[in-house]
Amino acid sequence: MSRDTALVSADWAEKNLETPGIVFVEVDEDTTAYDGGHIPGAIKIDWKTDLQDPVRRDFVNQEQFSKLLSDRGIGNDDTVILYGGNNNWFAAYAYWYFKLYGHGDVKLLDGGRKKWELDARPYTKDIPTRAAATYVAKAPDLSIRAFRDEVVAAIGEKNLVDVRSPDEFAGRLLAPAHLPQEQSQRGGHIPTAISVPWSKAANEDGTFKSDADLTKIYGDAGLDGSKDTIAYCRIGERSSHTWFVLKELLGQENVKNYDGSWTEYGSLIGVPIALGDEPGKA
Amino acid sequence: MTSPSNIADGCAAPDQSAPIPASVDLQKETVITGTVTSAEGEAVAGAYVRLLDSTGEFTAEVVTSPQGVFRFFAAPGTWTLRALSRSGNGELAVDATRGVNEVGLSVAAA
Repeated sequence: MSRDTALVSADWAEKNLETPGIVFVEVDEDTTAYDGGHIPGAIKIDWKTDLQDPVRRDFVNQEQFSKLLSDRGIGNDDTVILYGGNNNWFAAYAYWYFKLYGHGDVKLLDGGRKKWELDARPYTKDIPTRAAATYVAKAPDLSIRAFRDEVVAAIGEKNLVDVRSPDEFAGRLLAPAHLPQEQSQRGGHIPTAISVPWSKAANEDGTFKSDADLTKIYGDAGLDGSKDTIAYCRIGERSSHTWFVLKELLGQENVKNYDGSWTEYGSLIGVPIALGDEPGKA
Repeated sequence: MTSPSNIADGCAAPDQSAPIPASVDLQKETVITGTVTSAEGEAVAGAYVRLLDSTGEFTAEVVTSPQGVFRFFAAPGTWTLRALSRSGNGELAVDATRGVNEVGLSVAAA
């Protein structure tokens, strides 16, 4: 994978809004942004109600994902262009799902809603209608998803990349600063994890930094290219953003997203936790 | 539904114009809130406001409400607010203390 296959620019997107076989999908946790105006022709996927299982603490399974995309009129052969708010966090999370369930051609819109807004590109409130399709998801590709036991075993062995803000890493905050801080789990980070906030990978307008800049950022932070990597955050969407950078833009092998992330790890009984700004010892 | 458990579920910014939820304890929280205004003094909706820590590192970002309002839950200390919008950009340093810290943030074309 590379920037050419995984990413499209806002210019490219605006020229291809009506191209057959290309489906624009806005993905957000709060879909009121979509309702107030979205990229012409784009459909929406709600991170919470569409992509999470309503009962189990897990995301939608193979059958649920197949039904969701069939209902929304997305076929296996469509090129899917994902974008959203929050610097594409949830769009990157959805991208990871599309890859996990084996979709052929999926890309992120560089800069997402923010770049589109700052460029003063067009929005519409018109809701497109798409005929239902028959989508068949593949079996989940677990080579890109990490589970908790694997994460505990990775301490001191693999690259662990904590992509939360420095204060969350150190244990001074339990959630991003736009959210209330009352949470039940313990603060801190997984011992030996390096701190590379997701925001290091993005420009102020939400676009990704250049490959050369990205390579330097993770190299300087101590990411060992000879080892497998697991990225995590609080609930797995900011780490999808970093997973996208490492796996899809920089083309590193064996990069997993730990979607359980800190809400799971910080609630586990008996696992080691490091406090403060340093990675800590295994 | 806007129960506290739902807030904790996600990472996206809640509605910026909604009242602070009753479950938020202002004895413990450090809230930084305010309005983004243009050079003409009008509220700027849809501006991107980011909270940077004392080292200039990104901490969080929200989009202003139709009334131009933003809100962060931070910690006591020195922060920088930075706004990007179609009306231009702006920046402001804030010394926050526990409770509600109300500020004004103006933007202007460069």
